[in-house]
Amino acid sequence: MSIARDRKPGVIRVAGLSHAYVLPLVLIVAWELSTRLGLVNTRLLVPPTRVLAAAWRELQQGGIVAPLAASLGRDLGGAALGSLLGVLVGSIMGVSRRWEHVLGPSFHAAKQVAIFAWIPLMSVWLGTGELAKVVFIALSAFYPVALNTFEGVRSVSPAHVEVARVFSFTRAQVFRRVVLPGAAPSIATGVKLGLVYAWLGTIGAEYLLAAAPGIGNLMIDGRESFQMDKVLLGVIIVGAVGFAISALATSLETRLLRWRA
Amino acid sequence: MANPGIIEIIDVHKRYEVKSESLHVLGGLSLTIAPGEFVSIVGLSGSGKSTLLRLLIGLDRDYQGEIRVGGEPIGGPSLDRGIVFQEHRLFPWLSLRDNVGLGLENSTLTATEKAKAVREHIELVGLGGFEDAYPHQLSGGMAQRAAIARALVNRPSILLLDEPFGALDALTRSNLQQELQRIWSSEKISMVLVTHDVEEAVYLGDRVVVLEPHPGRIERIVPIDVPHPRERKDARLEQLVREVREAILDHGRPS
Repeated sequence: MSIARDRKPGVIRVAGLSHAYVLPLVLIVAWELSTRLGLVNTRLLVPPTRVLAAAWRELQQGGIVAPLAASLGRDLGGAALGSLLGVLVGSIMGVSRRWEHVLGPSFHAAKQVAIFAWIPLMSVWLGTGELAKVVFIALSAFYPVALNTFEGVRSVSPAHVEVARVFSFTRAQVFRRVVLPGAAPSIATGVKLGLVYAWLGTIGAEYLLAAAPGIGNLMIDGRESFQMDKVLLGVIIVGAVGFAISALATSLETRLLRWRA
Repeated sequence: MANPGIIEIIDVHKRYEVKSESLHVLGGLSLTIAPGEFVSIVGLSGSGKSTLLRLLIGLDRDYQGEIRVGGEPIGGPSLDRGIVFQEHRLFPWLSLRDNVGLGLENSTLTATEKAKAVREHIELVGLGGFEDAYPHQLSGGMAQRAAIARALVNRPSILLLDEPFGALDALTRSNLQQELQRIWSSEKISMVLVTHDVEEAVYLGDRVVVLEPHPGRIERIVPIDVPHPRERKDARLEQLVREVREAILDHGRPS
C-alpha cells in the first residue's frame, strides 16, 4: 500500500531529553524571563506561570471541564456526521463514473469556497445555535474525507475485483468485501484530516456563531474581560486537544490497518 | 446430465477491438477436455492462451462459437470453476484463513462446514500453522499456495491455472509443480494449465496443447503417455519436451 506510515519525526534522544522538546522549553523560558525582566508589557503577554495559575483557578471553578466537554461533544458529533457523508459521497463518486460526472464538478467548485465563507449563509439558514455549529463542523470534516475516500475507491485493484467476480460476488459484496477494505487506508487518512479540520471548525464556529459553553467561549470571555492568562490558556487547550485528537487517530489507524506491510 | 468436469470448446473465435482495428485473438479453436484430465496449453505470445482461460472462467463472455462446461453453456463465473492467476491476488487486509474463506462467501455450506473446508484446504497446500499470517508475511511461493487453496476451497470440478508459477524462482517453482501434481491426483478434478514453461507443461499434463499465434489456433496436441506420479528426469518426458518445443517453434519465431 502506498501510504507511508506515520513516524515520530526525528526524535533523537540526547541525555534523556528528546530534541523535539528543546525548542518549546527554550521558548517558554525566554517567555517567562522576558516578562520577569520587564522586557514586554505583561498586560499583553502574561508570564507562563500565570497561565498555569489561571489553569488551576479555572479548573477549580469548573471553567475548563464543562466547556471542554461541550466543545468536544459538538466536535465529535460534527466530525462523525461529516465523515459519514464524506465516505458516502466519496464512495458514490468513486464507484460510478456517471455519478462522478454528476457530482464531481459541483464538489470541486464548492471545495474552492473557503470554509468560513459559508458561515453568513448558514447563520441565515440554520440560525446561530447548536445546529448551525454542528453542520459547520460537519462541513469542515466532509471535504477531506470525501476526497480521500474517492481516491481510495479509485485505487482499488481491478485484479482484486476480478477475484471477487470469479467467486460470483454481488455488487454489494464487492463493495463491502473488496472496495471498502481496499480504500480503507485512504479513508483513514481522510478521517484523520477530517478530525483535525473539524476541531479547527469547532473553535471557528464557537467564535463566529452565537456564544454557548465551549473553549472558544472561554477565549472570548478572556478577551472581553482582558484576562490574557485566560486567552492563552484557551490557546494551549486548543493546541493540546488538536494534538491529542491527531495522536489518537494515528494510533487507531495503525491498529486497524495492521495488515499493511 | 454430462459430467461437470467436461469442457467442450467448439469453434471459438475471439476478437478484440483496439482503436477501431479488430485483433483476431482466437481463430476457431476446438478442444474437448475430459473430466479429471490435466491439459497444459503452451504457445508463443499472442496465441490467446490467457484469453482462452478468461473465456473458460466466465470473466469474458464476448466471443463467437460455443463453450460448454458439464454440458451447459457458460453464463458467467461459477463456483464450480476455480482459477489461479500469475499473481497471487490475495487480499492484503485479510489473514490467510480469511483469504481462503473468501471463496466460500457465496457457498451454501454452514459456518462449521466452511471453517472445516478452509482448514482442510490450507492443510492441502501445506500451509498449516500460517492461518493468521497476512499476505505480506508470506513468501511468493506460500502466497501462491494460498491462492491455490482459495481456488479449490469450493471443491470445483475444474481448476484453471494462468501461468501460476511464472513469477516464482526456479526451486520454488519445481516444488510447487510437484505439489500441484499431488493435489491433482488427490482431488481428481480437471485442470487446465496455461504456461510458457514447456517442462512444466509436459511434467504435469496428460496432453499438451500447442497453440500457434495470430490468430490463436491449435497447432498440435501432444499426448503425454507417462503414468503419474512422474519423475522429472524421466527420459520419455525429456524427449516429449523436445517434441513440444519443436512444435512451438514450427510457426513463428520465439518471442
